[in-house]
Amino acid sequence: MRTRNIFLSALGVAVLMALLPFLGVGGYVLGLLTSAFYFGVFAMGWDLLFGFAGEVNFGPSFLIGVGAYTAGLLNHYAHWPIVACVPLGALAAVVAGLLLAVPALRLSGPYFGLVTLVAVLLLQNVIVIFAGFTGGEIGLDLPDVLAISSRVNYWYALGLATVVGLALFALSRSAVGLILQASGQDAVEAAALGFNVVRHKLAAFCISALVSGLAGAMLIFYLGTVSTDSVVDIAIGVQVIIAAVLGGRRTILGAAVGAVFLIVAGELLRPVGQLSSFIVSAVALLVILFFPGGLLGRVIVREGA
Amino acid sequence: MSALLEVEGLTKRFGGLVAVKDISFAVGAGEIVGLIGPNGSGKSTVMKLVMGIEKPNAGSVRIQGADVAGWPTHRIARAGVGLVFQHSRPLHRQTVLENIMLALLPDSLVRLRAGHEVERRAREIAGRVGLERVLDRFPATLPFADLRRMELARAVARDPKVVLVDEPFAGLTAAEVADFSALIRTFREAGHAVLLVDHNVKGVAALVDRIFAMYLGERVAEGSAEEVMRDETVRRVYLGGEIAHATRPAREAAGAAPLLDVQNVSVFYGKAQALEGVSLRINKGEFVSVVGLNGAGKTTLFNAISGLVPYQGSISFAGQTLARRSAATIARQGLVQCPESRELFGEMTVRENLELGGQHQSAQAMAERRDWLYGLFPILRERQGQAARTLSGGEQQMLAIARALMMRPSLLILDEPTLGLAPVILELLSRALETLRNSTDITVLLGEQNVTFALPHADRVYVLEHARIAWEGTPERFAAEAGAGLL
Ligand SMILES: Nc1ncnc2c1ncn2[C@@H]1O[C@H](COP(=O)(O)OP(=O)(O)OP(=O)(O)O)[C@@H](O)[C@H]1O
Ligand SMILES: [Mg+2]
Repeated sequence: MRTRNIFLSALGVAVLMALLPFLGVGGYVLGLLTSAFYFGVFAMGWDLLFGFAGEVNFGPSFLIGVGAYTAGLLNHYAHWPIVACVPLGALAAVVAGLLLAVPALRLSGPYFGLVTLVAVLLLQNVIVIFAGFTGGEIGLDLPDVLAISSRVNYWYALGLATVVGLALFALSRSAVGLILQASGQDAVEAAALGFNVVRHKLAAFCISALVSGLAGAMLIFYLGTVSTDSVVDIAIGVQVIIAAVLGGRRTILGAAVGAVFLIVAGELLRPVGQLSSFIVSAVALLVILFFPGGLLGRVIVREGA
Repeated sequence: MSALLEVEGLTKRFGGLVAVKDISFAVGAGEIVGLIGPNGSGKSTVMKLVMGIEKPNAGSVRIQGADVAGWPTHRIARAGVGLVFQHSRPLHRQTVLENIMLALLPDSLVRLRAGHEVERRAREIAGRVGLERVLDRFPATLPFADLRRMELARAVARDPKVVLVDEPFAGLTAAEVADFSALIRTFREAGHAVLLVDHNVKGVAALVDRIFAMYLGERVAEGSAEEVMRDETVRRVYLGGEIAHATRPAREAAGAAPLLDVQNVSVFYGKAQALEGVSLRINKGEFVSVVGLNGAGKTTLFNAISGLVPYQGSISFAGQTLARRSAATIARQGLVQCPESRELFGEMTVRENLELGGQHQSAQAMAERRDWLYGLFPILRERQGQAARTLSGGEQQMLAIARALMMRPSLLILDEPTLGLAPVILELLSRALETLRNSTDITVLLGEQNVTFALPHADRVYVLEHARIAWEGTPERFAAEAGAGLL
């Protein structure tokens, strides 16, 4: 499909989704989708870095967590308003990400991925060690919430996912997206063509950090509490990666679809208890094995025969 | 100051190995300088040093007077240097047009739109190198020569003052070499400085203004093409003698059951037919060559035989059908292919790659075999502990051939074994094949578009043309009956 058609279709889907609350869809379903949209943003940010710049970030929840905890702590202790906490959380994610990525991206090989993995564990440990300040594993209650109404919360999340999705998708199809792909696939050749590979990858990483931190910060004000289980745990990062791969690598928008699928399927299967996460994982595995392009792979990706 | 590229005292060490040793030369505007030398002599390393892909240990690289030694690659590229890599490295998910457009984009994080100007120029460059008809195709579907054209188009897209071309002729037919030579001449006419590396000595000599010859990282000769070709050292270490001719009577045990029997085999890639009703038969101990232009279907035929692509028709080996056997089973039965793409384990050492090939043998048999192969390709012995990924192009080719031989095949398929090998090594390989032919009962199927190499080693020859067998006969009859387009 042509870039413009995909862009317009995605926008159309977003508008339809925005109408759901008027079509009698209840608060329970809206709540579910709200979480799914935040996850979608995490997954799209991850796909920009992996699918385009070719760097695997094993610790997406490091960026999410830094954004979330920065915003949460500011709100809890300093009582700063949400409009200040959220952007500061996003900014903190970018700064923390840069501290990590600047040295890591200069190494070639699997080091970048390992560094990101270690970073999550460190962050989780720090939060637990300073439990008196951070709330530790129990978490920290937040005085403010985004909105009381589940509809408004839903629109916030949908709005964020739509803006981020369309912006990242447009970026991926732009001239910069092409340079990023070249840097990811063959850094030596890209440099020989005159592109500063490290700078482009860093930029991709910053953008990825920005959207992850932003969504992380907003997510906690939807949940009303910030805890390691909801924004830092390795399991969160694994979910994000599965969602992105399931939806279709290098598609950006597929990552959001994958996230919605994961969260909704997990919830639908809740009645079967422990089995539910097994079933969801098994389905994800099957999709990845038999449709390596992912759910949206066929529609969006253009592959050389 | 007329030289666009000036290299002085350039030195590069990899651990204990001095790959480039105190090299100095200059290339002026409108000049083509050939850089020749045996495999592993440091030619590609010189190019990488100029491009900043490797950092020199000593020496200077001046581009239009500015010393760029130690600069990052992208700045050197922006300063006006373009490199055509020894191996094509296209973006596989982008079309040919996008691949060329990429080279024209500014190095900017904020210029999001490529713009019509970029596309117009990309089309113009594509036209200049002869790619206009395949602009919307993906690189994986292109014939080899077009891939090389695309690589060339990308390297010169931004009109670099200094053009470095690493083995542009490797794997090309005579007609394609002529095409590429004409293209490279246009760079000279446009006032660029061109540094050219290739093992096609005739092609290089016909094109260049001067030649600079290297051996073991050092300069051994410099001057006009004739002078350098006459040089004693160059002859000894690089050119070698003539390729030996067959020294035994053809073996064609008429009537005997063939070792390999290919019957009416067809292969489709999507809608495109890559092989059409191909039949061939090889007897035990025979050396058979399949010759044909790029894209004729040689590699596809070999891949079908090795069980790597699905096909219609039947293939049997030693009397048993190969249908539904996996590539691994086929290889274990003694049918071993040395593929054009080499398929080495890049992070493993030379020795480990060889040992993998010798897996099913006793330790002693393996050691004997390995020593024999080290005798055949002495440079592999010297590079034993080096990661295969870092070998020079020709060294990788030698390793791929050696690994295939390590498996003690009863039928060895060699797909374009001469690719990227220096003339002396061709001679070595040629002698090795003769030794095998006279002293063992190995059977060899050789695919080549380098007919001068293929003929002397063949009992019989097949010509593959547009996916079909167009001719079959003895090498003696080949020149008269089928040679026209290939010699
Ligand atoms: N990164 C590396 N580490 C160790 N050795 C290396 C590395 N890169 C190259 N070499 C060695 O340096 C020598 C010169 O390599 P180079 O690629 O320049 O040869 P070349 O002249 O281009 O040969 P060919 O004609 O086969 O392409 C080779 O022996 C190679 O094995
Ligand atoms: Mg080389």
